[in-house]
Amino acid sequence: MDPVRFDTHPDRYRHWKLDLSEAAASGVARMILDVKDDLGFAPGYVLKLNSYDIGVDIELADAIQRIRFEHPEVRAIVFTSGKDRIFSSGANIYMLGTSTHAFKVNFCKFTNETRLHLEDASRESGIASIAALNGIASGGGYELALACDEIILQEDGSTAVSLPECPLLAVLPGTGGLTRLVDKRKVRRDLADVFSTLAEGVRGKRAQEWGLVDQVVARSKFAETVKARAEALAKASSRVSAKGAGLPLLPVAVTRSGESGKLTSTYEFVTLAIDETTRVAQLTVRGPKSAPAKSGAELREKGCSNWIFQAFRELDDAILDLRFNYLTVGTVVVRTAGDLESVRAHDAALLTLVNEGDWLAKEMLLHLRRVLKRVDLTSRSFFALVEEGSCFSGCLLELALASDRVYMKDDEDKEDDIRVATSAMCFGSLPMSNGLTRFQTRFLHDPKMVDAMKGREGPLTTREAVKAGIVTIAPDGIDWDDEVRVAIEERAAMSPDAMTGMEASLRFAGPETMETKIFGRLSAWQNWIFTRANATGEKGALTMYGKPERAVFDWRRA
Amino acid sequence: MSSVVNDTKIPNNVDLASDKKLQRALEQWQPSFIDWWLQMGPEGFQKDDVWLRTAVGVDSEGWANFGYVKMPDYRWGIFLADEVKDRKIGFGDEMGKAVWKEVPGEHRNTLRRLIVTQGDTEPASVEQQRLLGLTCPSVYDLRNLFQVNVEEGRHLWAMVYLLHSHFGRDGREEAEALLQRRSGDSDKPRILGAFNEPCTNWLSFFMFTYFTDRDGKYQLLALAESAFDPLSRTTRFMLTEEAHHMFVGETGVGRVIERTAQLMKEAGLSGDVRKLGGIDLPTIQKYINLWYSLSLDLFGGEVSSNAAQFFASGLKGRAHEEKEFAEHTALNQTYKMNVMREGKLAEEEVPLRNAMNEVLRDSYVVDCQRGLNKWNRTLEAAGIADRLTLPSRRFHRHQGQFGEVCFTPDGSLITKDEFAARRGEWLPNEADELFLQSLMTKPVYEPGKMANWLAPPARGIKEKPIDYEYVRYDQA
Repeated sequence: MDPVRFDTHPDRYRHWKLDLSEAAASGVARMILDVKDDLGFAPGYVLKLNSYDIGVDIELADAIQRIRFEHPEVRAIVFTSGKDRIFSSGANIYMLGTSTHAFKVNFCKFTNETRLHLEDASRESGIASIAALNGIASGGGYELALACDEIILQEDGSTAVSLPECPLLAVLPGTGGLTRLVDKRKVRRDLADVFSTLAEGVRGKRAQEWGLVDQVVARSKFAETVKARAEALAKASSRVSAKGAGLPLLPVAVTRSGESGKLTSTYEFVTLAIDETTRVAQLTVRGPKSAPAKSGAELREKGCSNWIFQAFRELDDAILDLRFNYLTVGTVVVRTAGDLESVRAHDAALLTLVNEGDWLAKEMLLHLRRVLKRVDLTSRSFFALVEEGSCFSGCLLELALASDRVYMKDDEDKEDDIRVATSAMCFGSLPMSNGLTRFQTRFLHDPKMVDAMKGREGPLTTREAVKAGIVTIAPDGIDWDDEVRVAIEERAAMSPDAMTGMEASLRFAGPETMETKIFGRLSAWQNWIFTRANATGEKGALTMYGKPERAVFDWRRA
Repeated sequence: MSSVVNDTKIPNNVDLASDKKLQRALEQWQPSFIDWWLQMGPEGFQKDDVWLRTAVGVDSEGWANFGYVKMPDYRWGIFLADEVKDRKIGFGDEMGKAVWKEVPGEHRNTLRRLIVTQGDTEPASVEQQRLLGLTCPSVYDLRNLFQVNVEEGRHLWAMVYLLHSHFGRDGREEAEALLQRRSGDSDKPRILGAFNEPCTNWLSFFMFTYFTDRDGKYQLLALAESAFDPLSRTTRFMLTEEAHHMFVGETGVGRVIERTAQLMKEAGLSGDVRKLGGIDLPTIQKYINLWYSLSLDLFGGEVSSNAAQFFASGLKGRAHEEKEFAEHTALNQTYKMNVMREGKLAEEEVPLRNAMNEVLRDSYVVDCQRGLNKWNRTLEAAGIADRLTLPSRRFHRHQGQFGEVCFTPDGSLITKDEFAARRGEWLPNEADELFLQSLMTKPVYEPGKMANWLAPPARGIKEKPIDYEYVRYDQA
């Protein structure tokens, strides 16, 4: 398969149409799904009935991101179908059937993140969303609707919502459908049980009575009802205060060099060097070269080249590249290079603008938050290395805190050069999926340690950082190279499955949120079921779907 | 038993008298059905005596009782064909096991969907045809229309019986919903596309009964093979009635052609049939193209996982599964068919089970051609060189492999723009519709008389003369 790339633009969308014709007047954008069935991302399947694959979802993710940055006038999004009688039939089953397990998991993770980003856009930025189901929404189609704030279902005797995964394919809905049913929409568990085992789904009044949708509207009144509701949501949105022009998102520039198996992707502030022989990636983030934007006008002038925004966009692209295109590279060595104080200055400048109510600054901060969550959710072992010349401070310290281990060099001769530092961003601006900051999660055993960090001005030396609980291991300068090499080699030799499971179990201590449940259940249940013979064995339901023979189950409960 | 739900009002061989569950369900449903019939049944003739056939039993005596009846008083009955002793499942993975007398839980939802989809077509066609009586070409044809209508009503009863008897509360709700949907109503349309197309004139009616009811015949033949025995027995009896509908279609179109041939001869073959008040052959061809292509869509996608599933589980077989096919698992076999690949027509081998819709469509196409041959013989006998043809099965499709692309009637791939530009040559356009309307403005209510565009039938119904008063129409 060709590498998966995430750069796209509304002008190049094949499957979605972002309709902004009414946005200026009413604040409503329309996202119209009209999948071109012969333009699948990979060969071997046809995207029938508005079903989707990674190519379709990359466009969706791009559109949500662009609405946030480029279109401050948009305060509500209506998701609807350009096809008659079908909204979406969800992820393409033949695509799943022909994909490797790893691809399926990566695909599900990305689509889940996109749907959470849609909810984040509503909660944090006041961009409401309505699923206008003008046709059948099944599986992932209904799950996309579940990620919207409201669901309006057309009543025409046949339009239904359904989650047919269990009865039809012997797998689970892969984008949080079951969790959102009971956690978000608060559908009663027994009704959810009936719904989730009924392949044809539920339509009309019953769908509303069970809480599966918010409104059921006759076909002839559908368009006007959706329009009125979307306009009302747009009117009530907090984003009415977002003034001025949007920020056009320029493509993230990268050069790829080296030979096969040893490719290096170089961005302006990020480098990702892959070694497929050792199965280790070296990820380096470089600090700012110039001073931060101090005013809204300056922020807009710098735009995408504002360091804090550009660096994290590049980091996002590198992480996705790693996830999708280098499956065997299981260990990531994270480094930073630059000046601690310059990073802190950028943090402070951005937070000041956020506190002044600048919507664009806030969007940039929210973007940082999502990228760091993406790192938390990446099933690779991250080891952060703090050495001389590194700049793990503020937002970049979060990258170390997101890592599974932090190694910091203990070298008295270079003490002034080997430091870490916090910034205000570490104490609430960048929460994890569990709703806590990385410090709170790290110090669950003693919340006072968070307060101690908060009160601390100035950078920490290695010894101080060890004491403060930031550092895992602090090898002596003379042992550093060897210690670090051995640690990385040791890690890279462990079972990738065991590491994935262990890391996911350790990273998200503390309370459960809908987000942690979605990912926890995805990795625990769905990924287990995906590899079971009842789903993907020779006679499993997913394998047999669409084939002439029927599935054969192993009836033993596990 | 109640005054509406009893053996006299509802002729049956399902032991209604001792089936409390069915009685209770029908007590709720029957009044809704009558309301629906009064609202959506034939407009303007509900109070008239119509000479109709009523089934009171499944033997040759029982199913053809003729007499005058007012349509709302028609005795819609419930009949199953006689039980076949020790019947075994004849195809699929469960082949050789005993058929099911009750619905297996595993297949409940799928069977319900199949029955609802079939059932939905029955009231739909009554709705589509409800205004035709007002422009009837003869009393004989008017009666045939009503016979078709009441029997479609009975077929609805047959499907409702299955829903009531075997599908519990869901079944009762589905039965009610069958009366709620309306053909062509965008808020609550009928399930299948062809049943939402208007049937606005008598040429369309004859085409519908020839082509669309013939799809029904093949669906019933496939369901008659079902491992679910009550469905098999119900559909086997329905097939005897469906035969009459196709007779109406075949002779109806045949009589139009016969009359057209006469007029062509009168006009000296080259003359304009339309000027003489007949329907010219190009117009007839367009209506064939329309209703044939709409009906082909009803068979579903060429490559279908549902069809494979239905066959594997024994829910739906092939037409005449036992007689026509030697092998009944359909495993490890392929079927060669035309498919669209990257915008081009290609040939592909498809697993046979996934091609079951196409297999059924094949039988249908052959059966359709038979009538066309007959019509062409009429033209031949009249010395007319023109022939009517079935268009390619790729022409004017909305479903399946060819649903998103355009083809000419002879099956060549063309662009959507070309199709749009030439559509009027191949399918009825507004002028054609207006022309037919102009021929059919006035109804013919005088027994024995025929509209100018239609030849009389060869004989009347059940040994009655052609000029029998099949409908006692009260013009007052």
